[in-house]
Amino acid sequence: MKPFGYVVAPDPAAAVAIVTMRPGAAFLGGGTNLVDLMKLGVVAPDVLVDVTGLLPDRVERQPGGGLRIGAGVRNSDLAADPQVRAEFPVLAQAVLAGASGQLRNMATVGGNLLQRTRCLYFQDVTKPCNKRTPGSGCPARAGDHRNLAVLGGSLHCVATHPSDMAVALAALDAVVHVEGAAGPRVIPLSGLYRLPGDEPDRETTLERGDLITAVEVPARPYARNSAYRKVRDRASYAFGVASVAAALDVAGGVVQDVRLALGAVAPVPWRARVAEQVLAGRPATAEWFGRAADAELAAAAPLRDNAFKVTLARNIVVRMLCVLAGVPAGDTA
Amino acid sequence: MTGRVDGPDKVTGRARYAYEHPVDGAAYVWAVPSVIAKGLIRSIDASAALALPGVLAVITPDNAPRLPGTGDPELALFQSRAVAYRGQFVAAVVADTLETAREAAGQVRIEYQQAAHDVTLTQSHPGLYKPDYVNPRYETDTAVGDFDSAFAVAPVRVDATYRTPAEHNNPMEPHASIAAWQGDTLTLYDATQGPSRAAGQIAAVFGLDPSAVRVIAEHVGGGFGAKGMPRANVVLAAMAARVIGRPVKCAVTRPQMFAVTGHRAPSIQRVRLGVDPDGRLVALCHDVFDQTSTLKEFTEQSAVATRHMYAAPHRRTTHRVVRLDVPTPSWMRAPGECPGMFALESAMDELASACGIDPVDLRILNEPAVHPETGQPFSSRNLVSCLREGAARFGWAGRDPAPGVRRHGPGSRWLTGTGVAASTYPARAMASQARVSASHFGRYQVSIAAVDIGTGARTALLAVAAEALGVPETAIDLRIGDSALPPAMIAGGSMGTASWSWAVVKACRSLREQVRARDGAVPPGGLTAQAAIAADIDALPDHARYSFGAQFAEVRVDADTGEVRVPRLLGVFAAGRIVSPDQARSQFIGGMIMGLSMALHEESAMDPEFGDYPNHDLAGYHIAAHADVQDIEAVWIDEDEPELGPIGAKGIGEVGIVGTAAAIANAVYHATGSRVRDLPIRLDKLLS
Repeated sequence: MKPFGYVVAPDPAAAVAIVTMRPGAAFLGGGTNLVDLMKLGVVAPDVLVDVTGLLPDRVERQPGGGLRIGAGVRNSDLAADPQVRAEFPVLAQAVLAGASGQLRNMATVGGNLLQRTRCLYFQDVTKPCNKRTPGSGCPARAGDHRNLAVLGGSLHCVATHPSDMAVALAALDAVVHVEGAAGPRVIPLSGLYRLPGDEPDRETTLERGDLITAVEVPARPYARNSAYRKVRDRASYAFGVASVAAALDVAGGVVQDVRLALGAVAPVPWRARVAEQVLAGRPATAEWFGRAADAELAAAAPLRDNAFKVTLARNIVVRMLCVLAGVPAGDTA
Repeated sequence: MTGRVDGPDKVTGRARYAYEHPVDGAAYVWAVPSVIAKGLIRSIDASAALALPGVLAVITPDNAPRLPGTGDPELALFQSRAVAYRGQFVAAVVADTLETAREAAGQVRIEYQQAAHDVTLTQSHPGLYKPDYVNPRYETDTAVGDFDSAFAVAPVRVDATYRTPAEHNNPMEPHASIAAWQGDTLTLYDATQGPSRAAGQIAAVFGLDPSAVRVIAEHVGGGFGAKGMPRANVVLAAMAARVIGRPVKCAVTRPQMFAVTGHRAPSIQRVRLGVDPDGRLVALCHDVFDQTSTLKEFTEQSAVATRHMYAAPHRRTTHRVVRLDVPTPSWMRAPGECPGMFALESAMDELASACGIDPVDLRILNEPAVHPETGQPFSSRNLVSCLREGAARFGWAGRDPAPGVRRHGPGSRWLTGTGVAASTYPARAMASQARVSASHFGRYQVSIAAVDIGTGARTALLAVAAEALGVPETAIDLRIGDSALPPAMIAGGSMGTASWSWAVVKACRSLREQVRARDGAVPPGGLTAQAAIAADIDALPDHARYSFGAQFAEVRVDADTGEVRVPRLLGVFAAGRIVSPDQARSQFIGGMIMGLSMALHEESAMDPEFGDYPNHDLAGYHIAAHADVQDIEAVWIDEDEPELGPIGAKGIGEVGIVGTAAAIANAVYHATGSRVRDLPIRLDKLLS
């Protein structure tokens, strides 16, 4: 086997320094994805810098009611946090919709955000993949793509982002705290991820050595009236086929504010801003929810075997918004 | 609840599986799989691999020992430079450690001369041919009467084509072997369903006397048919051990299992049914289109169950197979019956709808008095009892047949429906021997080369032996899982318990005779009896012997998303005498869960560009999760099977998976009005 080193840095700055200087180094969180990828030969870091003991591992209430979630918080702890469950139900539900109990016990918030696609070609080193080996090609467009992207893909890559948690955080306007070689900075979650374009190997806007230290979720009136719905190919323990994070504030039958994000349909957690704009100030009815979903999904470019995801995403959006608005859904299908 | 005799060993980790046996000085072998689906190996450069410290050998077609016995081409490892499918083992590295072997395997450079591959089964594939027989030795085609004429004039007809995907057995324990040579004798610790068969086949591969190979399989973590015959890993371990002169351990990885350890081939099945105005079948035809590899012919016998299920004067069954550049299919739980009955029992449901007859009644109406093709009497046949008992337990009476009209509650997004299907599986036994000895001190030893692959065979055989000897189970030492014991049938074909218990009971009775002849005294040297059942099996009357069952499913389908849930599944079975009720219930329920999984989840999707099954792990290949299995119940009716040995056990390992997928598909139709004819029933197939 290829030997690799394991170090525990004394503090985040030291961890950042090591990974910044060593091109073969990688941060190790819960290891639930990185270790798998090492076993598959997809990645081969020469040193793992364990950051699980360095990062904040608490969920802290902020002045004004927001949350600051340490990047070292285990997924299980985040989902079980009473404030998260009561005030940001979409986030607790999204986390619990992912993986298994055992994996959530290990997985960290920072690692969850940076997990890699489960596209079969990315994971199989005997086949081409532009994300893994730039320029080698993308067999997914002609091959197995039933569960790949219908939004935001490119000729070079149609992988989906696998995280559920990130979809909820996208809807909640979360921001990400990053420690880098040049010091700390804050980026909106929606600015963390890059669409593949012609560089699918570059998945985020992070630079080498950048370490996510915390995620901040602002307090908003709609957050309490929020939910996550994940549709997958079996009842549990599967990556999504399509998912929706929604938060809705309705007064007098009119949409005051809405946040909507789609999962498992795009290379990034897909914030549905077009749909949000359609709905602002409109009646909270199944008809308008459908119009909003259609407007968002007008940009969809499905492949041979995944056009059903467009219908599926639309149906989930309408049903969820109806439930959050307390209005009848009728049959969406 | 009677506990499993090996339960404490398993939950405490004392139970040893093949790979775990400590063997002094063992080395490790790691296979190099082909990355092309068809072609020739042009050259192999092992220099980088050999240069790694700890590498002991790189075995390739250039230097591999010649194997004298190549009857099974899957076992003719490295005997040719031809590549028959992607993932086929084409070379291997032996090293001091597993990690080194694996790393070095990645450094073996192979150049291929790639040829265009053909990996897609179609109903009109020009390469389809009529094989001489179908698995294992059934007639390829059968016909009675004049199907075409009768079907043409039948007043109500169903003509539908069904598809089942490739499915992989995926036992929890991957295939694994340890091989150790002492001169020209070979000891194997192997994850096998049949120590006797494995020993014989491996001896043949290496040109040895069968007695020169000993296969030990103390505990086996599932097989579902995949471990019914030796796979490449056994030959690889033995070959590598011979090459380096040390014991060698070999474990197949989960992804490799999607290529080299067998699977259920995909099928295309056309079923035609014609009935007269009162619902009696007049014409019945089941045509199967199947695939196998270029290496080896294996034709799944999917139309065979159709030959005995229902009466119809005019009938035909056919099988056609095409050789493609794909991994070799093999046995997977209820080969033939399982995919075939999905098609037949779906078609029966379509027929019930078409002629307005309740699907339970339709099946009862077409119950045959004798085997409808051969005219043989049935040794025992209780399909109708199963249907009636199941209907009563399930609350079937008064079911509204209208599809797509029920909700779980007012305003609910869940559509609900119910479905039924029949199950069947052949009841057979195969030659086995057993030895029983009594000691002067009141202890007994029962020996047979049976194997417990997780079914509870130890527990069942101990109960059988205790009853036959008339002594408590605690007085018996049961020895199984070793080919050095009296040879026995594999744990497969639902024949394990039936065959083994027959031989054990016969030996026990013989021993009791001996003891009785000595007025109950066992001499200081003990007494031994050995029994074989081959002659008893040959003497069985020329009757048709099958187990039957009826499965009832309730489903909910999300009207927005097409997600299917199965809140209730009931199976009622008639399988002769049930030897060990708790183990039997687990077998039935396990089969039904695997059937549910087949209905909703399982699919190995062939990648036409590369010619492999790319979803080759348990994240990509979905099996039912706990949350998919809700209220599930298996019961059986008391059935006297007078012919099949002293126990009258028909075997229960497979009948539970047969019919489940159809019951669920039929319930999905009842819930939604959508008839899904190609498995699995994933949500995209229900989203309009």
